[in-house]
Amino acid sequence: MSFLPKPKLHHPGLLPNALGYTRRDYEGAISTLCAGCGHDSISAAIVHACFQMDLPPHRIAKLSGIGCSSKTPTYFLGSSHGFNSVHGRMPSVLTGANLANRDLIYLGVSGDGDSASIGLGQFAHSMRRGVNMVYIVENNGVYGLTKGQFSATADKGAKSKRGVANNDEAIDLVSMAIQLGASFVGRSFSGDKAQLIPLIQAALAHPGAAFIDCISPCVTFNNHQGSTKSFDYVREHNEAVNMLDVITGRDEITVDYAPGAVEIVEQHDGSLLRLRKLAGDYDVGSRAEALNFLQHHHAKGEIVTGLLYLDPEPEEMHGYLKTAATPLNALDETDLCPGSAALEALNATLR
Amino acid sequence: MLQVVKPVDGLVSVNDFVVKFANVNGSGSASANQMFGKAILRMGVPAATRNIFPSNIQGLPTWYEIRVSEAGYLGARAGTDFMVAMNPQTWDQDIASILPGGYLFYDSSRVVPESRLRNDIVIIGMPLTELCNRVYTDPRQRQLFKNIIYVGAIAALLDIEIEVLETLIAEQFKAKEKLISANIQALHMGRDYAQTNLQCPIGLRVRRSNAVGDRIAIEGNAAAGLGAVYGGATVAAWYPITPSTSLVEGFQKYCTRFRVDKQTGAHNFAIVQAEDELSSIGMVIGASWNGARAFTATSGPGISLMQEFFGLAYFAEIPAVIFDVQRAGPSTGMPTRTQQCDVLACAYASHGDTKHVLLFPEDPYECFTFGAQAFDLAERLQTPVFVLLDLDIGMNERLTRPLVWDDSKKMDRGKVMTAQELEAGKEFGRYLDADGDGITYRTYPGTHPTRGSFFTRGTSKDRYARYTEAGAAYEDNMQRLLRKFATAATLVPAPEVRPASRPTKLGAIYYGSTTPAMLEAADLLAAEGIELDLMRVRAFPFSDVVNGFIEAHEKVFVVEQNRDAQLRTLLVNELEIDPARLPKILHYDGSPVTARQIAGKIKGHAALTARSFERSAS
Repeated sequence: MSFLPKPKLHHPGLLPNALGYTRRDYEGAISTLCAGCGHDSISAAIVHACFQMDLPPHRIAKLSGIGCSSKTPTYFLGSSHGFNSVHGRMPSVLTGANLANRDLIYLGVSGDGDSASIGLGQFAHSMRRGVNMVYIVENNGVYGLTKGQFSATADKGAKSKRGVANNDEAIDLVSMAIQLGASFVGRSFSGDKAQLIPLIQAALAHPGAAFIDCISPCVTFNNHQGSTKSFDYVREHNEAVNMLDVITGRDEITVDYAPGAVEIVEQHDGSLLRLRKLAGDYDVGSRAEALNFLQHHHAKGEIVTGLLYLDPEPEEMHGYLKTAATPLNALDETDLCPGSAALEALNATLR
Repeated sequence: MLQVVKPVDGLVSVNDFVVKFANVNGSGSASANQMFGKAILRMGVPAATRNIFPSNIQGLPTWYEIRVSEAGYLGARAGTDFMVAMNPQTWDQDIASILPGGYLFYDSSRVVPESRLRNDIVIIGMPLTELCNRVYTDPRQRQLFKNIIYVGAIAALLDIEIEVLETLIAEQFKAKEKLISANIQALHMGRDYAQTNLQCPIGLRVRRSNAVGDRIAIEGNAAAGLGAVYGGATVAAWYPITPSTSLVEGFQKYCTRFRVDKQTGAHNFAIVQAEDELSSIGMVIGASWNGARAFTATSGPGISLMQEFFGLAYFAEIPAVIFDVQRAGPSTGMPTRTQQCDVLACAYASHGDTKHVLLFPEDPYECFTFGAQAFDLAERLQTPVFVLLDLDIGMNERLTRPLVWDDSKKMDRGKVMTAQELEAGKEFGRYLDADGDGITYRTYPGTHPTRGSFFTRGTSKDRYARYTEAGAAYEDNMQRLLRKFATAATLVPAPEVRPASRPTKLGAIYYGSTTPAMLEAADLLAAEGIELDLMRVRAFPFSDVVNGFIEAHEKVFVVEQNRDAQLRTLLVNELEIDPARLPKILHYDGSPVTARQIAGKIKGHAALTARSFERSAS
């Protein structure tokens, strides 16, 4: 399959955002994924989120590994640099890119095979390091490109298209991310734009390691009776703990909510997150409670979604490393090379 | 108690002998031994020091070998002239390694049975433990000062100037007066004991000279780390592995010295200890893609783990610098022993058709210069560049030319299209060979709002970085990569040729840490009438000079420290040379090759060659 250029037809009625870009400027090439694939909805949500947030497309770097999900960066943000790297190794490539230039926005897109199977180690360590990024796993529980084998997030007992049950315990990336130190952790569903778009926006505004596990049914290999990652199953078992609005400067808080039903959290960059609570007194500020909640609801067969954990004032990797404010890739000889006099002085100490 | 010194005629030599210390790992002997080595250098006498150590933290045997050589031969030499036997575990093998007429220095606090000594060596006993136990009460002090005491005694035996050692102690402990005086006291205790109770000096002596000149002593790893600082590296991602660890530690040390803003404390560098080698090289590739100079340091097992990423960097054309400090493989092999065994693993790393640029530094000086130059090459060529050190040069302080830097030198960032060029409408094709040298233009992410972005991928693509599986586009790209590799051959350090003193049909090719042994071997062979033209290969791909050199000789010995003659395989494969013209001279037991080993093997071949010439003539 060759690259399909997407005709850029600007409808005169398309509204520009504050930077003068229209939604089209945030789109990419035509998707080559299967018709109806959940991943395309996530791509659309990314496009929508970036457009609405007035992010300059070229200041975003999009990185991925290998697999259906990892192909998607071609299908959004066509003016951004993209990097389709090695299977399971996107986190290290993204970490390196972030080290080189702390001023860009890093969007990592991965899949359940890419992050929970071959790349589990890199997924875990990038969370531990507090890399400032948005890391989205497009989670469908199967390997699509190799025709439907289970991945490590497939639930125990879930049935494959051929009716074979999965015997291995599922890896829950959300629980892992919370436990490993990610400072923003959410889960959503590709079929729920209203939940997903604000979650991506909040993650983009988050100055630390932000992780979103997005259940994204595979229409070809994992959308049947017996699957726990099908559209029907996820809709039936979705247990949203909250709904999120990201309030930018242009928005006004106009809707009135019942007292106690809304919590407003300010992130380090000044963005405001308005959490509409759906599950009683769920506390997004507690790792322990989040893990407890996830365990209990998993046991009941429910898929907990929403913003599950947030540290609004996170420390990120560059803070730990004390890296200079100027991006490392912008430093030149005068900043980097100590010069001949220093070398001669050093020689003298080595005699 | 003092044992009787046997009446043996001891070896007599000034500034030309080998001293070996046999110690227990973790006993604190290393710093005392290093100070001893340094004292000889401070007296102006060239000396090559080598740590021979096990993969262990505490308890196993370790040796420190000093070859003193006024003539400046810095390669290893077999046999010990003066053995400091401080390790009962290795006693028998240590005693056996002493050359006839050599000297044994040992702790005579316990009597050693006659049967475990030799009668053709000079035996010098000193009751070190007894002395220490008498003076010190703290067990750790007893252990540490014992090392200094024997240094003092051996200095007296070898006629080493005690003032030089005193200065070194003062430098080592800087302003800590208490430590300085305690150490000097121990040093004097050893010296005084030797002068009173032993015959000083012995036949082996160090005499002040000026043969060291302005040379410095530094480990190759530290020099390479410093080279990375001078070369403008800002990102280092690594995973600890012997014998490469001290390279990143060197980078860290010099970055801390030179790259921390004094006012703000901000770092103009980032060092990340990754979870494994896959992650290290992934970070290097990510950082380089984003326009920073980045490197990793590793050894053979790490090279194996990084293979998939090397293919990506080759095919997607992303710069990367990899320092491989080689150790004996395969598998875990002998992790603390030296070899040149990753040449092929690096040259053809990864699946599919790949070829990579390799640099072979011979000593710390070149570890520094190549360490800096590797970044220029990697960015100019947009490809991984491997700097192949080995344990012998990486982890031993080696006498080397003073490091020099030209302040007018600018970093060569290679072909990077700027926002201004894009704005002016310059055509950008990520894989478009605009200049015909196989090297294409790249852009850094974030450069221009609407122009110059592209998608980097490990899949095949056309000249504009668009995914394609069209055969013609794939071949076009692979051919261009070959053109780029031909360009690389013109940019890498050229080989160094040393002609023999008279015309000869025999040549030898060598590289890396083999240099000192090879040069000494050439002298040994010349003394026996076998003249060799020498060529030191400093990089792969090979320049035309390499082919010309081989063409000009009937036989060219290829001297290597591995089993399979890996550089020779590269020569045969890449230059299509008849293997029969390239006899292998190999050494791979994990010890650094010696001149006598090389000379002996070449002599064997040369004799056969001479006979075959005679036969074909008759």
